[in-house]
Amino acid sequence: MTDTTPPDHAAPLAAPTERGAFARMLRRPLAVLGLALIVLIVGAAIAAPWLVSYPPDQQNFDGLTLEGAPMPPGGQWLMGTDLLGRDLFSRLLYGARTSLIIGIVANGIAVGLGTVVGLTAGWMRGWIGTVLMRFTDLMMAFPALLLAICLAAIFRPSLWIVALVIAMVNWVQTARVVYTETTALTERDFIAAERTLGASGARILWHHLLPHLWPTIIVWATLGISTTVLLEATLSYLGVGVQPPTPSWGNIIFENQTYFQSAPWLVFIPGAAILLLALAFNLVGDALREVLDPTQRGRR
Amino acid sequence: MAAYLIRRLIQSALILLGVSVITFLLLYILPADPVRQIAGRSATPEVVENIRRQLGLDQPVWVQYGNYLWGLLHGDMGRSYLQRSEVASLIAARLPATLQLMLGAIIAELVIGLTLGVVAALNRGKPLDTSLMVASFAAVSAPQFVVALLLLYVFAVKLGWFPIGGYGTFSHLVLPSITMGIMGAGWYSRMMRSSMLDVLRADYIRTARAKGLGRMRVILRHALPNAILPVIAMIGMDIGIFMGGVVVVESVFGWPGIGQLAWQAIQRVDIPIIMGVTITSAVAIVLGNLLADLITPFIDPRIKLR
Repeated sequence: MTDTTPPDHAAPLAAPTERGAFARMLRRPLAVLGLALIVLIVGAAIAAPWLVSYPPDQQNFDGLTLEGAPMPPGGQWLMGTDLLGRDLFSRLLYGARTSLIIGIVANGIAVGLGTVVGLTAGWMRGWIGTVLMRFTDLMMAFPALLLAICLAAIFRPSLWIVALVIAMVNWVQTARVVYTETTALTERDFIAAERTLGASGARILWHHLLPHLWPTIIVWATLGISTTVLLEATLSYLGVGVQPPTPSWGNIIFENQTYFQSAPWLVFIPGAAILLLALAFNLVGDALREVLDPTQRGRR
Repeated sequence: MAAYLIRRLIQSALILLGVSVITFLLLYILPADPVRQIAGRSATPEVVENIRRQLGLDQPVWVQYGNYLWGLLHGDMGRSYLQRSEVASLIAARLPATLQLMLGAIIAELVIGLTLGVVAALNRGKPLDTSLMVASFAAVSAPQFVVALLLLYVFAVKLGWFPIGGYGTFSHLVLPSITMGIMGAGWYSRMMRSSMLDVLRADYIRTARAKGLGRMRVILRHALPNAILPVIAMIGMDIGIFMGGVVVVESVFGWPGIGQLAWQAIQRVDIPIIMGVTITSAVAIVLGNLLADLITPFIDPRIKLR
């Protein structure tokens, strides 16, 4: 009596397409945890107007105790109120919008710039490649946070300036990784074959190099959001990032930290939110890296 | 080796030159006028002009940069606009505190990171391993100022084990060191785990076990020293992360190092100090990277320096 159906583990492996990679990622519990956190935070940020009972900037008449202290979490105030009697839950959800917008915009610019620099340097080689990569080395020698603080302090910070400053500091890693991958790829036979066939440089770049670089770019774009969120929070905490009254998780802590011994929730609830968002993108990014395994591409 | 060293030193010098040019240009296009800051709001235009000439700020930018670089090569970083003292001596006075903090952070990250990494590797696939790896991701994702405030709240305010801020004794050093080291601890535990797993799969470990050595002895005497080396080689690279972190950590804990100096200078637009700290940090980062590269071939003789 033989069973003709093959056992599960003999099933053909999913093809390494993006869709297959996503399915394989969903089998990792930590990646699912990360994705769930991202969906939750993005959902809360989008649905903020329907979820909160008070506008984020409203200084509620009953939001302070008779002595003028902030209200602790519970009852009417889900997460308590801040020093000005504003609803912390409301500021937290609107603050998620700030973090996500900066995370996506700043990181998008950084990854785009890094890809262009890395791809150009790896493809052109010669003196252009040397100049670009030496400049990248130079940027690596800057203490990133110090540079960001200086830049943010120089320009009057608004949401977009902060995003731009973070992008200027964060493009370097992507550039280096994309450069390494591109130089490895251009030495492979299929690129030489394309050249022999008379394909133009633009065609090779667009149709043959870029598709191989996508996994790397996706991984770094995901991990980079985490770095960006942390950098924005730090700048805002120091008071040179997103400016109040626009709520940001970092500036909520900046505004309330003098009171943190008696009202710790004002520091630790937004602090936990920053950690969870950064953690979520780190978990997903790490899972993507293992699933897409970009280090193996471009070699063999 | 000598040729490699010389080439790397020249490269490092060029990188530092580039850093000084970029920092100088950035601070030069600063919209806030430092002369106004010094002179005060009620100063007459003549006074403002006078101060501008005294500081050499009326000269074209390349002349200013040339003068600065010339001074820098002679160990002169200029004078602070507001503190009336030499920037070099201000930094020299603050540097020991920062170095002490960085040393503390390196010890903290190695002790926490390596221990957790080894424990995770020895419990591979078990729930303990998974939870340690989630913890290491959390450590990497935690903003330093939140870690700082959390440690202060729990261990200084609630438990009273450590002072709430300040500088001087060993107990002042503990919380800032852990804060600075926690991110590195997250990275090191992950690196240590995979390094340990690699080593444990090696043939010589199987041989050691086969000839009858005890499990603990094999792990401690044969596996650990080999697994630790590639991880230790990374310490030089940490300096870049620390140099950013000192600004936050020192200002939360009131630690009198160069990070605090820089932060105060940024708020007051005291450009010579900002310049000085940036260049000092860049020197530290470049030296750290150089050190990391030079150590590697001693640890793994298969790697040749080109």
